[in-house]
Amino acid sequence: MSGTDILALAACGLVAIGLYGVVAQAEVLRKIIAFNLLGAGVFLLFGVVARRGAAAGLAADPVPQAMVITGLVVAFAATALALVLTLRLHQITGAATVAEDPPSGAAPDPASEP
Amino acid sequence: MTAGLLFDLMMALAVLGTAAWTLAARTQFAAVIGFVATGLLLSLVWVRLGAVDVALTEAAIGAGATGVIILYVVARLRGGTAEISAATPSRAQRALAALLAVAVGGVLALAVLNLPDPAPSLAEAALAGSAPLGLGNPVSAVLMAHRGLDTLLESVVLVFAVLAVWSMAADHRWGGAPGPVFRREESGPLSLLARVLPPVGIVVGIYIAWVGADAPGGKFQGGTILAAMWILPWIAGLARPPSITDWRLRLMIAAGPLTFLCVGLAGFAVADGFLSYPPSFAKPLILLIEAAMTLSVAAALACLIAGPPERRLPPESMAADRR
Repeated sequence: MSGTDILALAACGLVAIGLYGVVAQAEVLRKIIAFNLLGAGVFLLFGVVARRGAAAGLAADPVPQAMVITGLVVAFAATALALVLTLRLHQITGAATVAEDPPSGAAPDPASEP
Repeated sequence: MTAGLLFDLMMALAVLGTAAWTLAARTQFAAVIGFVATGLLLSLVWVRLGAVDVALTEAAIGAGATGVIILYVVARLRGGTAEISAATPSRAQRALAALLAVAVGGVLALAVLNLPDPAPSLAEAALAGSAPLGLGNPVSAVLMAHRGLDTLLESVVLVFAVLAVWSMAADHRWGGAPGPVFRREESGPLSLLARVLPPVGIVVGIYIAWVGADAPGGKFQGGTILAAMWILPWIAGLARPPSITDWRLRLMIAAGPLTFLCVGLAGFAVADGFLSYPPSFAKPLILLIEAAMTLSVAAALACLIAGPPERRLPPESMAADRR
């Protein structure tokens, strides 16, 4: 087993950990963090594919690398949007989760929205 | 070789360990720290995979900028423990989720370990295509020429993300400066850093963007550093971000995609079509796009980090902005 194979398994593990976090955690913020871990695992799989495609004197295939750089920036933009939505949800309803039945304690806070 | 193998194994375990810890962390703050640590370890893994350009992007955007915006939300989000525990899936549901995660991870691992050998590669094609462009960094050549459309669309995504974040502002706050207002720090480490670091950081950011043509680096990595150099004096209260209705800020954010689009359309007239460059004039055009994109990436990232406007400007300064 080569070093790249070990890192490939790490990427699969990262996807699994992220997927578990997205499904099993209640807070939206933690779901966003877990989703980013899942994304990092997918990007790492691209890195493994790039490394396996090393040729022509290059350490890794540049095409998957360029796709990952594009993906990282788009993932950041999507995360920023998700976080702002989370914050706005919290400001309007006081909720930190997207449970179907909002708890009675989380009444809308009129002070936060004058 | 064995030392390298051992290092890879350690890195893999460290990444998985910090990722698991991120999920298990009790407080949200600890979870964010775990996430940033995972990102920084991942950038080392990227170096091991021979992808230094990606390592720089991962450290700057994946760990750094993402960590900052999550931390910023953690500081303002106060979820009730009762609400969270009520919404948390039951033990059986979590066991099912774990089963699903292990199954997906296992199938992925099986697929990755059984990839064809030797692997297909576009390295030679990319290298052959980048020499006529005058670019020494094949990753930049792919980003700017071979897959130029991806990069163009991505730059537009950044503009749309800024628009979406701004549109989250309450109506009466529209026209204010993005983000909260920080108290001015006259002394202390933050104030010192915010005064001393930007001159150095701006040079480093521009250098990394410039050197991307021939070495690892580029507009996204350099632009992120420039954005950080804008954010730092803002957090220290030394500088105020411009109002979101300021046309100069809007122009900065849109300059990159607009330049890219104009050069792309010019390709119809002077080269083979959309987003193709005339062979004798490719490098200057690419550098022009890279320069405009660096500015736009820096402005867009800074606005995404700052968030929607939270306080309306006083009327007199709004009047001054309108002029």
